[in-house]
Amino acid sequence: MIASGFLVVANPFSRNPVASALFLVLAMISMAGLFVLLHAYFLAAVQILVYAGAVMVLFLFVIMLLDLKEEEKRRYKLYSIITGAAGAGGLVVILVKTIMLDRTPAPVQAATVEGPASSLGRLLFDPNQPFLAGMEAVSVILLAAMVGVVWLSKKDFK
Amino acid sequence: MTPQLEHYLVASAVLFCLGLLGVIVRRNLLVIFMSLELMLNAANLALVACSRFNQNLQGQGLVFFIITVAAAEVAVGLAILVAWFRQKNSAQVEDLTGLKL
Repeated sequence: MIASGFLVVANPFSRNPVASALFLVLAMISMAGLFVLLHAYFLAAVQILVYAGAVMVLFLFVIMLLDLKEEEKRRYKLYSIITGAAGAGGLVVILVKTIMLDRTPAPVQAATVEGPASSLGRLLFDPNQPFLAGMEAVSVILLAAMVGVVWLSKKDFK
Repeated sequence: MTPQLEHYLVASAVLFCLGLLGVIVRRNLLVIFMSLELMLNAANLALVACSRFNQNLQGQGLVFFIITVAAAEVAVGLAILVAWFRQKNSAQVEDLTGLKL
């Protein structure tokens, strides 16, 4: 399962943005599968709905709208590839070594934390938890994003 | 054998670095946006795994907020991208020199 997740996200290596977007959809769906494995059912559903649904439709819509045909032909600069590979490879080595360094001896056997919508909702809307103000802030953020997008797409920048 | 915490964390780290590689190497703004989404998802995976293995739901609450903010960010970013494309007729980062003196 995890290996399929790795193979799916090889999208930085395909030229066409549409191919990248479709691979990203596959990555999102396999990520939702991993969430299900972690018993986070509500988050898996939200992942499918928001990412694989809304965000990717937005991406594909913009790709089709912009018609990026000729841009595939541009070559990548060699030093950018070298720099990117070195940076990302170094970071992955450091992260994996850190994770392996302080691995604790298998903490849970009977993990009782489940992620049904009810307990997560009770956590999110509990006034004693720090999440309630965040919920209100998130609603304001969504409203602001909506207003901003409408304004950006209406106004003619000169 | 069931996957342990470090398996999820390693998967998350590799996914994050793939996203980072995409951000550095790709020259198309749309693909850079997609790589950013990949990195956010890697962070989500790490948070959910840690919340599961620590028997604590707070990580999942955080992931909920990350998903919401990421959706808003993508909407605004793509709107800016479309507005800029309308003006310059390009979506490459090399052409993004509007602020150069």
